[in-house]
Amino acid sequence: MITLQDIGKTYAPGTKQEVKALKDISLKIEKGEIFGVIGLSGAGKSTLIRMINFLEIPTTGTVEVDGVILNSLAPRELRNMRRKIGMIFQSFNLLSSATVADNIAFPLRLEKKLSESEIKERVQYLLGLVGLEEKANMYPAQLSGGQKQRVGIARALAGDPKVLLCDEATSALDPKTTSSILELLLDLRQKLNLTIVIITHQMEVIKECCDRVAVIDGGVITEMGRTIDVFTNPQKELTRRLVSAVIHQELPELLAHTEIVKEYHEGAKAVIELLFLGPKADAPVIVDVAKECQVSISLLSGNIDHIQKEPFGHMIVEVAGSKEEIKKAIVEFERRVHKVEVLGYDERKQLSEF
Amino acid sequence: MSESSFLNFDFFNNFSRMSGLLWDGTLETLYMVFFASAVSIIFGVPLGVILLVTSKGYFWESPNFYRILGTIVNALRSVPFIILMVAIIPFTKFLVGSSIGTTAAIVPLTVGTIPFLGRLVETSLRTVPTGLIEAATSMGASPWQIVRRVLIPEAMPELIQNFTITVILLIGYSAMAGTIGGGGLGDLAIRYGYMRFRADMMISTVIILIVMVQVVQFIGDLLSRHFDHR
Ligand SMILES: Nc1ncnc2c1ncn2[C@@H]1O[C@H](COP(=O)(O)OP(=O)(O)O)[C@@H](O)[C@H]1O
Ligand SMILES: [Mg+2]
Repeated sequence: MITLQDIGKTYAPGTKQEVKALKDISLKIEKGEIFGVIGLSGAGKSTLIRMINFLEIPTTGTVEVDGVILNSLAPRELRNMRRKIGMIFQSFNLLSSATVADNIAFPLRLEKKLSESEIKERVQYLLGLVGLEEKANMYPAQLSGGQKQRVGIARALAGDPKVLLCDEATSALDPKTTSSILELLLDLRQKLNLTIVIITHQMEVIKECCDRVAVIDGGVITEMGRTIDVFTNPQKELTRRLVSAVIHQELPELLAHTEIVKEYHEGAKAVIELLFLGPKADAPVIVDVAKECQVSISLLSGNIDHIQKEPFGHMIVEVAGSKEEIKKAIVEFERRVHKVEVLGYDERKQLSEF
Repeated sequence: MSESSFLNFDFFNNFSRMSGLLWDGTLETLYMVFFASAVSIIFGVPLGVILLVTSKGYFWESPNFYRILGTIVNALRSVPFIILMVAIIPFTKFLVGSSIGTTAAIVPLTVGTIPFLGRLVETSLRTVPTGLIEAATSMGASPWQIVRRVLIPEAMPELIQNFTITVILLIGYSAMAGTIGGGGLGDLAIRYGYMRFRADMMISTVIILIVMVQVVQFIGDLLSRHFDHR
């Protein structure tokens, strides 16, 4: 649906303020996909998403949307093409001087294809789609942030686009409102068969709704893949840091004052990190392994989260036993869970031993 | 009516003559201010739009054009109105065939306020967040549609405030234009109040001018608030 080929963007080329905002970016986004781009502030996310509707013209490379190469379009053709690509923004960008209904009608009136009565009908439908039927005659200043973004979404969808671009669309919203907006996007993708591109610095957003994610750092895509893979197996340091912001992966407080060494020695316990995924996430793994291998397992930390509605568990356990028993336990864990990582060995006394 | 009736203090005659003069003067002032305002807005708004859209970061960014136009505007603004009025007499004659009278006065009044209003319009439009322009662009709006449907409606409260300032300025300028044969209240104040020491005439014209300014400001504030939904 969207293909970026060798995209580079340099601002103010040849001057002292020259910024290489994007370097050699190539990616392909499939029809019906929700694709996320995450990165820190200044990484080039906005520049990247603005390539897709040519709000920003690439210095090098080509952009193809729905089979049309945007680079080749004349201004008027580009304007027509943009009507097929909706966009929503962090600061909503609604007209303060127009009512909710008039804001939503704005792109339709630009296009001058529908009559006023057809526009009215379409606006009514869009208001229903985003759940704002009651607010038609209010002004944006009278709405909450979440409601404003709903108006933004309705407006972006007015011309029945195939692609929806979201530039930090939830960054100005509280977590609960963010979730409700993401729910709405998921719902709209289903109903309208939309392809959605989301850029954000919030990993929660990626976690809740993106099928695939690209991590961008310094204008370069450093990591890209299925959300679940990136979350469970981050490759780069930055990705790991971003992931740990939503999935608590630091060592638990209980180990804070204990030395953890790499090698097993007599009497040490193994500190093991377990990742559970999908339907198996709530299987009685701990008890099974403890029984099977005759080791004692204490739970240091754990939680079950969801990535795109898929259960995703993370746990840190301590396994006490002989070297052989621990080894066997690790093998048994590996058979049962998504990922097992031995963090090291410690000699921590259990609180109950005091 | 002879000059002696003034000296005789024929109050009734004097009063009706004075009020007749004031009435005519007021109408002339309103005529000048109304048409000068209309012409100023007709030219000042496009001037402000052009200044804005050619400035840095806008869709017809053109540093050289902006600099040249900006310099011309500033030069015109820095000529004192009283000098401008005299300086453009040939131009006025060319346009209206005469340099005397209320219609002729509209020419310098307009020339004096267009650059001023142009700058005010530019500043008003600049208050519209660029995100709105970006959003409109993303929806396929043409530059003209952005001006017409985004910039002007969004800046309407500021624009009306600035139209108000301009109309009030024109009330003042029109009084000045009166001094060089433009008619209106300024003409009365000079010919009677100043040259013939008619304090009553002077005070009356000033009061009428004050009332005019107050009414314009009141209407301006009302309209501006009407358009403000922020
Ligand atoms: N219009 C511009 N002119 C010059 N530099 C810009 C412009 N827009 C963005 N940049 C620079 O490009 C880099 C990437 O910016 P941006 O894409 O906005 O990052 P992000 O959205 O990830 O925070 C930054 O260093 C920023 O300063
Ligand atoms: Mg950004």
